Amino acid sequence: MQVNSKDFIPLVNLALDNNSLQASLGMLGKGLSFKRTAAVADFPEFDQLRDEARDIKDHCLQYLDIYLMKFEEQVTNKGGHVHWASNEGEAREIVLSLCQAENARTITKSKSMVTEEIDLVPFLEDHGLDAVETDLGEYIIQLRGERPSHIIAPAVHLSKSQVADTFFDQHSNLGFNEKLTERVDLVGEARQVLREKFLGADVGISGANFLVADTGTIVLVTNEGNAELTTAIPETHIVVTGIEKIIPTLEDASTFIRLLARSAVGAEISAYTSFITGPRREEDQDGPKNFHVVLVDNGRSEMLGTELQDMLRCIRCSACLNHCPVYLSIGGHAYGSVYSGPMGAVLTPQFSRLEEAKQLPNASTFCGRCESVCPVHIPLPKLMRHWRNKEFEAGLNPLSMRWGLRAWALLNRHPLLQHMLASLGIRILGLFGNKATGYIIKLPGLAGNWTKDRDFRTPPSTTFMSQWKTMQKNRQKKEV
Amino acid sequence: MTEEKGEVALFVTCLIDNLRPDIGFSVVSLIEDAGFKVIVPELQSCCGQPNFNGGDKLNAQKTARKVIDAFIDYEYVVIASGSCGGMIKHHYIDLLVDDTLYRQKAERLTAKVYELSHFLCEVADYKPVFIDKMEVTYHDACAGLRELDIKNQPRALLAQSGVNIIEMDEPEVCCGFGGAFCVKYPEISNQMVEKKVMDANKTDAAALVTGDLGCLMNMEGKLHRLGIDLQVFHYAELLTRERLTRERLT
Repeated sequence: MQVNSKDFIPLVNLALDNNSLQASLGMLGKGLSFKRTAAVADFPEFDQLRDEARDIKDHCLQYLDIYLMKFEEQVTNKGGHVHWASNEGEAREIVLSLCQAENARTITKSKSMVTEEIDLVPFLEDHGLDAVETDLGEYIIQLRGERPSHIIAPAVHLSKSQVADTFFDQHSNLGFNEKLTERVDLVGEARQVLREKFLGADVGISGANFLVADTGTIVLVTNEGNAELTTAIPETHIVVTGIEKIIPTLEDASTFIRLLARSAVGAEISAYTSFITGPRREEDQDGPKNFHVVLVDNGRSEMLGTELQDMLRCIRCSACLNHCPVYLSIGGHAYGSVYSGPMGAVLTPQFSRLEEAKQLPNASTFCGRCESVCPVHIPLPKLMRHWRNKEFEAGLNPLSMRWGLRAWALLNRHPLLQHMLASLGIRILGLFGNKATGYIIKLPGLAGNWTKDRDFRTPPSTTFMSQWKTMQKNRQKKEV
Repeated sequence: MTEEKGEVALFVTCLIDNLRPDIGFSVVSLIEDAGFKVIVPELQSCCGQPNFNGGDKLNAQKTARKVIDAFIDYEYVVIASGSCGGMIKHHYIDLLVDDTLYRQKAERLTAKVYELSHFLCEVADYKPVFIDKMEVTYHDACAGLRELDIKNQPRALLAQSGVNIIEMDEPEVCCGFGGAFCVKYPEISNQMVEKKVMDANKTDAAALVTGDLGCLMNMEGKLHRLGIDLQVFHYAELLTRERLTRERLT
């Protein structure tokens, strides 16, 4: 997975200064959290379903090998093929060789975060294939050479006029010479361009929201219908997805479907929910001749049996992003990873390297809003803390912080000394204060990061503990 | 004086102890007013949260053991902070999961640890007397809200004292303090606190009230920097507002 999370701080600063991004994030945060709240209020079973969904996923993760083998057996019985990819390189090679076996030239692709994770499209393009994203948001960012800034709304960072500019630049060679201003016209133009691609594609690639072990079915949840055109028209359909998407039965699928759209966009259900089982049968009127499922591990099985296992329950709904005040301040690109927000802060160090991504699990106030909206109860702050622990163990944080924490802990074990030093400390702090206003406007060192944008009320010269002690002594004297 | 209902050990918290001792005395007077005797164990320190959230688990465990030893023998332990309270009540057992002895002690301790408003409402059944009418807006501090279910208790107490709460837009969204977060990522923190104080100020309330010192200092510092005249209080201060100096309340 390509990651540039080392540039987190400069990327954050860019994002904070980007007015159009800030406007988009403002609308995203308000809109989706409001809609989710309303959808949940209208659905009294929601919390009970969350517990059920968590339990189903936990059960599957415990018996992951058994369910995956059952899934493979079912897919094979129905005439499809399952391929196992232990890492992203293997996954890319498998997909490329499947495309080459069909002499494919044009490939349509519906939205899939796993294909983003394994950088599939650039790889296919490098091998001379015309691979086209067909989800509108993905299509827009493909034209712009960008990566998704949100796991379900990949172009959420862009304004309508930016999209119009992109289409004007990139579609003129296709005979579209008018600069559009209306949303509906932009969608119409993209639809016309993509229609040709859908009809001419040799291979369609999709992801999967759920894999049903019982029947070998893949479940696709989308809003645009592009996934149906991607998977039904070409002769070959390749599904690329993660091993953790497995669930036991179709009944279980209904549990997750009822949670997914409500958590994601506050809708009861998405516009399209497709259940695809195997290739076209003789009696079927359409569907692909060849049906392949590439099951990608890429670091997932390493999470089993560790604290991170809970993260494998994730159904990629994006509720944690939509409710994260940090994500809503900086957007997805600042994370330098296709997985952003709280879920990205947990997954990115696992799928890349902790040294590379260590900023992400640190950039959280642990406000806990993500965990409170997660449809499968993933303890996201705890898992971010897991990475902070690993970072500390590996000695990756700044020395000043390591020694600061150690010194603080040492004082915690000697409270009387701590109280004495604190009394001294607040007097020194008091020296920085302005007597007239009662506030400190500039502090040195790390504390200067506080006073860069805020003032600090000057503390009184005696602590609570010392005042309390004096009061107790006086009280005792009186009693004597 | 009527007979005391029991003994409360006050966990003062570092921030109240060092930076806002007056809030500590408001807390003491509330607990006493509710009929309990207040004890302040001398051997208390920080709850260990900076180490816990900084990835220094070993030292967080050492601190937790010291806190447990200092407080385990009291009948009730009360903390006027959802953050430190959440650390002890919500995280200690998990933090000490591999230490059989202290995990058991942590279980015993956490059962008697209360955030102040929780204690006043549900243990002490405290009914504040009417003081005067006042309109404020309330910021729900994250750890109290999501780790300890503190939401209605401070509002109920404030209402009984005559305070009308005008809810701001998104009172449950983080103010951007986050402990070390605010100095590690000052730019993000600043954006968050600016949004928060703007939302609070839009209500035209006379004061902004919260239950955690970190949030309080963050929002107050930002308001002062922006030159916005909106006072920020801990709810314990407002419940004892006859103690407050005249200039802070006008």
